[in-house]
Amino acid sequence: MKNKKNNLFNLSRRDMLKSLAGIPLLGSVWFAGAKTTVDAKREREFLLEKLNIKASPPPATGPMSGSPVRLGIIGFGIRGEQLCRALGFATTEWLAEMKEATERNRHDTRLAEFMDQENLNVKMTAVCDVFDVNAERVVRSFSTPDNPVKRFATHRELINSGTVDAVIIATPDHWHAPMAIDALQAGLHVYIEKPMTHNISETYALRDAVHESGKVLQVGHQHRQTQSFLAAMDVIAKKTLGHVSLVQTNTNRNDDNGAWQYDIHEKASPETIDWNLFLGTAPKVPFNKEHFFRWRKWWAYGSGLSGDLLTHDYDRINCILKMGIPKLVTASGGIYTHRDGRNVPDVLQVNMEYPDFSTGSSQPEGKEKGMTFVYSATLGNQFDRPTYLMGHDATMELGNVISIYADARSTRYADMLKEDRIDPEIPIYQYNPMGNATDAVTSATAKYFANKGLLWTYRDGKRVDSTFLHMREWLSCIRNGGNPSCGIQEGFEEAISAHMAGLSYKLNRAIEWDAEAQKIIAKPGEDLDAILIADQEKVMA
Amino acid sequence: MKTTGFTAGQNASLVLLRVLIGWHFFYEGILKIYNPAWTAKGYLLSATFLQPFFRWLAGDSIIQWVDTLNIVGLLAVGAALLLGLKIRWAALGGMLLLAFYYVAHPPFPGFEQGLTEGSYWIVNKNLIELAALVVLYQFPIYASFGIENLFSRKSDNAITE
Repeated sequence: MKNKKNNLFNLSRRDMLKSLAGIPLLGSVWFAGAKTTVDAKREREFLLEKLNIKASPPPATGPMSGSPVRLGIIGFGIRGEQLCRALGFATTEWLAEMKEATERNRHDTRLAEFMDQENLNVKMTAVCDVFDVNAERVVRSFSTPDNPVKRFATHRELINSGTVDAVIIATPDHWHAPMAIDALQAGLHVYIEKPMTHNISETYALRDAVHESGKVLQVGHQHRQTQSFLAAMDVIAKKTLGHVSLVQTNTNRNDDNGAWQYDIHEKASPETIDWNLFLGTAPKVPFNKEHFFRWRKWWAYGSGLSGDLLTHDYDRINCILKMGIPKLVTASGGIYTHRDGRNVPDVLQVNMEYPDFSTGSSQPEGKEKGMTFVYSATLGNQFDRPTYLMGHDATMELGNVISIYADARSTRYADMLKEDRIDPEIPIYQYNPMGNATDAVTSATAKYFANKGLLWTYRDGKRVDSTFLHMREWLSCIRNGGNPSCGIQEGFEEAISAHMAGLSYKLNRAIEWDAEAQKIIAKPGEDLDAILIADQEKVMA
Repeated sequence: MKTTGFTAGQNASLVLLRVLIGWHFFYEGILKIYNPAWTAKGYLLSATFLQPFFRWLAGDSIIQWVDTLNIVGLLAVGAALLLGLKIRWAALGGMLLLAFYYVAHPPFPGFEQGLTEGSYWIVNKNLIELAALVVLYQFPIYASFGIENLFSRKSDNAITE
């Protein structure tokens, strides 16, 4: 002890200073680092406080208690199988495949996520599918000793069997509305896939059926459950973007599956498929496996890009902006990437005009009003084009993640831009509900849907199947009351807008909506329904 | 005690190297400690080499420890080098941290590089800083500009053993 002290005192003043010279350096670095971080945080908080965007998750839907809801599935194809999984019913084949996938790659969490899914307290009691193989898969996989699943030959038999409280409709488009109307009239609740209808008149008929029955109808636009979209609604409510004059949405796919070239089942034959029942009201043609499995390629059963994929993007934006049915729609495109006998376009550009719509303005009153919604699609390129909502004050990039960039010429942010507190190149707001979660998304189509918030969303940083949440909401409305987020009004707007786009494409002209009469304007003597579902690419007036 | 036999210039160069590395480590530690949202999770999950190990480190149960140890390590190594205290221990600790950073995202041919401000092939700045710490470990100059100087009876140009 004494020795050390002596050492200390023995140092010269110069040596002493040199020894301690690190201390002020350390202090300076400390101060600089702390100041940088704290200043940046303060700027961030200042901006967030100014924007005041709430990104809180929606309140959970009601309890799943009470007696089980008895469900019937009508149409157990690709989508029907996915819907059943969201309800907690997986086929034996899928479970085996997932088990193998998990053994191959332990980061594959699909099986674990399915097993973790909340029990929705439902019973699958009935199935109707015109293809024996599909119907038998349901009976074999979902039947339990105390609850055998019964197969019905037609949807009417299923609906009137007294064994179901609600139905899920995942058939080709031309069967959606007739089945939904029959079910509602029989007092059943309905979950119906998009597009809600295949022609114009049945859109009105279905709306009437919902109102008259008082039953719950949910249209399968599950992205309404996406957490980022709920934050996006608040962005609009807070007038963060200023007046939005242009919305740009896209579909980019470049694979056969994405162009509806689905597999043709080896067991498909006139013996295993009830061909006449499949055709329904569609033109009578001889048995055709391709028409059956790839029905999305023909106007007679499907509705191509305008009904199948435009509706996703239209409803995503309608959910946020609530802009409703456009005043005017123009569409053009062609069959440019898959000239395989289909008659729906594979490249399609749609412009929807909303001359009276506004998201609010930061400029003198009356200067800004009106918006164009653009949908641009190709099935021959999969370059990822984000969805943009473009306002005078800011641009919002919308997906599972939200990014907002202030516009360099914004009125609302002019002061902050001038003071260099905002950089137009750096987002003023970013919302990522994924937090640190990483996803093992594999296929190109899955990635495409995931980016649009169509596959899954996040609750408390945990990945959740959005279809599951959408189904849960529907079941909660059945049990506890309330309105589903994509009910008949939303479905009506979706269907009419999509049909206007289809008509514009087929007729090579702008299609107008009469908001007062609630009707699409037809030329004298023109049968718009016949034109829309006519099984040909174009209809020349 | 033995003198290093270095010239004043050689001595000053080693001290300069020590102070600069200490500065860098300490600043990185301070930025992280003042930013509660900071986590190494992204860096670990995006590792391009030895992924199972780094993914394990990024796991929910461990990541908090990894983050804390990293910050404490950066601050301790940085402060020690800046102040001139326990230089050899600090150099070893710094080497260990840099080895982790290097191995998680090594600039090997064919490995994805992510965002870098320069071009690297096998050798990058983490590796060079690591090598600089090897030098400091071999030549831990305490004399002049260092607190350790106060506690030992050493004159200028001394090296501790």
